[in-house]
Amino acid sequence: MELVLSPEDEAFRQEVRAFLKEKLPPDLANQSATGLRLGKDDHVRWQKILYEKGWVAANWPVEYGGTGWTAMQKHIFEEECAAAGAPPLIPFGLLMVAPVIMAFGNQAQKDRYLPRILRSDDWWCQGYSEPGSGSDLASLRTKAVRDGDHYVVNGQKTWTTLAQHADMMFTLVRTSDTGKRQEGISFLLIDMRSPGVTVQPITTMDGSQEINSVFLDDVRVPVENRIGEEGKGWTYAKYLLGHERTGIAGTGRSKAQLKRLKEIARTEMSGGRPLIEDPDFAQRIAQLELDLLSLESLVLRVLYAEKAGKGPGPEASFLKIKGTEVQQMLTELMMEAAGPYAMPFQPETFRDPQWNEEPAGPDYAPPLASVYFNWRKASIYGGSNEIQRNIIAKAVLGL
Amino acid sequence: MSFAFTEDQQLLAESADRFLADKYDFDARKAIRRGEDGWSREMWAAFAELGWLALPLPEEHGGLGGSTVDVAVLMERFGRHLVVEPFVATVVLGAEAIVRAGSDVQKAAILPAVAEGGMLLAFGVGEPQARFDLHRVATAARRDGGGWKLAGHKAVVLHADAADRLILSARTSGAEDDRDGITLFLVDPKADGVTLRPYPTVDGLRGAEVLLDGVSVGEADIVGGVGAGLPVIEAVIDRAMVLLSAESVGAMAETVRLTTEYLKTRVQFGQPLSSFQVLQHRLVEMLQAKEFAHALCYRAAGAMDTTDGVERARAAAGIKAEAGRAGKMIGQEAIQLHGGMGMTDEMAIGHYFKRMTMIDVQFGNAAHHLRRFATLS
Repeated sequence: MELVLSPEDEAFRQEVRAFLKEKLPPDLANQSATGLRLGKDDHVRWQKILYEKGWVAANWPVEYGGTGWTAMQKHIFEEECAAAGAPPLIPFGLLMVAPVIMAFGNQAQKDRYLPRILRSDDWWCQGYSEPGSGSDLASLRTKAVRDGDHYVVNGQKTWTTLAQHADMMFTLVRTSDTGKRQEGISFLLIDMRSPGVTVQPITTMDGSQEINSVFLDDVRVPVENRIGEEGKGWTYAKYLLGHERTGIAGTGRSKAQLKRLKEIARTEMSGGRPLIEDPDFAQRIAQLELDLLSLESLVLRVLYAEKAGKGPGPEASFLKIKGTEVQQMLTELMMEAAGPYAMPFQPETFRDPQWNEEPAGPDYAPPLASVYFNWRKASIYGGSNEIQRNIIAKAVLGL
Repeated sequence: MSFAFTEDQQLLAESADRFLADKYDFDARKAIRRGEDGWSREMWAAFAELGWLALPLPEEHGGLGGSTVDVAVLMERFGRHLVVEPFVATVVLGAEAIVRAGSDVQKAAILPAVAEGGMLLAFGVGEPQARFDLHRVATAARRDGGGWKLAGHKAVVLHADAADRLILSARTSGAEDDRDGITLFLVDPKADGVTLRPYPTVDGLRGAEVLLDGVSVGEADIVGGVGAGLPVIEAVIDRAMVLLSAESVGAMAETVRLTTEYLKTRVQFGQPLSSFQVLQHRLVEMLQAKEFAHALCYRAAGAMDTTDGVERARAAAGIKAEAGRAGKMIGQEAIQLHGGMGMTDEMAIGHYFKRMTMIDVQFGNAAHHLRRFATLS
């Protein structure tokens, strides 16, 4: 069930393909798709190339430097970038904090931050979770106490993805302990170079260093860095989560990964035949492909509804759940496809760009288990899939 | 476009919702099923009046020229109300075969009559040993003077007992499982040598075994070319699978709605069942299965009118597998969440479960079509 494109959309697809062929640096292509880790400079380099073309902010309104693309064009762009193995966009600035600044920030904040996000001059990270506040985010305790023109912030954020690269962090802090706990939360933008900010890496079970603890110790944050009103941070955070969930489905990347899974399954042998002909494995791939087709169909429906002026409703939670389940199943089947060669732990083969020795086993095998273990995060972050079910139970079913 | 409904489709959905809510609630359906035919000729006349029977038929033969997505919109509503009238047998299967392969004479004689509600059709392509294989045809057609004589057994032919004309597959040449050599014939159910063994189906429809013993048919009764029936049958069935899936999606939606209402009102341990998170999440998973099946179904419906061959077959197999899986999960969960009440004939919920389950069985179940989906690429 290939998408049937109009002539205009087909022309757009060709335009995107031509651009990627010309501008995607070969040393960046296929790296993230094959489990290789990209550095900060790699990501920034690619995002600046997209910026030069005017294509870095597909979801932004044109007035802020967005593309003005239709729902289908956005989808085509994502799909083509993924198919070409382009590095994924780092979402924290472009997809997460920017919509909040546009919707709730003042003019000075828009002028100051949005152009820098657009140009990838600032790397952002998200300061939400705390050691005692995961799914129950509203229980957060990082405190911001007003002192003249500043807030003095004390507390600890955790699971902060790629904070080691970050220039800025958008943060939920407690500005009041009275009343409803959601109403005591404010939304602050913190400069990561401020005195009192300490970033400490957390190594995950796959051996990678993506996430961090961020300690905030008497950090002075100018009051002008607060978005909107004091005590309204929860409302802004919920707005952001809606945006995060549509992007989190990641269908373009999953389609590219499915293609890769099939290639691996054609190469691997089982019972003297290609693994892809194993009835059990073939059926699991087929089911996964169907799930992905359904997912893409619902994503497109949500995108079209957005175009009609209805924002992503609570149904977007379905996209987060299914999108992450599909991603996880892809990593699982790819690891399984490698058979015993999932075992050798050879991180230098996929983490060190200078490394050029032969790995034990096939070229594609070394990262598969690491990616599988790493990707268990997907059903936990962005509001765990159980929290998404709570949201649907309440907001859609009225339970 | 399959990802956003047109204004016309929204109007069709609203008018169907209004009509069926008014005339086809669960009690009305019970009364209809108790009637002589097991369905309502009065309702059929109303469907004709509303233009529903004409919807997919070509304009030059009294139809409205609607797309597969248009018909899916209607079928989804039929699923919400468990409509038992012979729409699938007559319009989705029988008339579609005539539209695709019928001669000008056949089209002129049949399609306007179907659109007006004056003619019922049945489409018999299954056989006792064929299971889900459309090409496995043992029913034989032999040359007999200027015409043909048919002998064999067509299995589980939906609404054959009411049909004015049967459209049946028979083998005019080749071995039992050859793809070539299958021919479609128009057969008068009252002709000599035709025996019907009618029965109700588990989910409230009607069906029959059609036994053929030396039935004479003429050259003019051949639909399409001699030996060229299989591609027509496959095209008809592919599209019918998508539309049955749309019906199933409608039944899924109503099943989730009824179960949600039930959990909100049923009190145990001093609180409504809907307050228990373990049940909330199960309900959310039912809704999720329905939403994704719904999205895929309309995409597949769009594909029926824009693709052909393997691509069309793959789209149809995909949604049939998905709807089968989702319908089974939603139905089983709905009964469980209703507890003992879910087991009763009195509650609507069991009837939805039965319909979704039988749609899965018809024209190939989820396992069968998942296997095909894997092979067709």
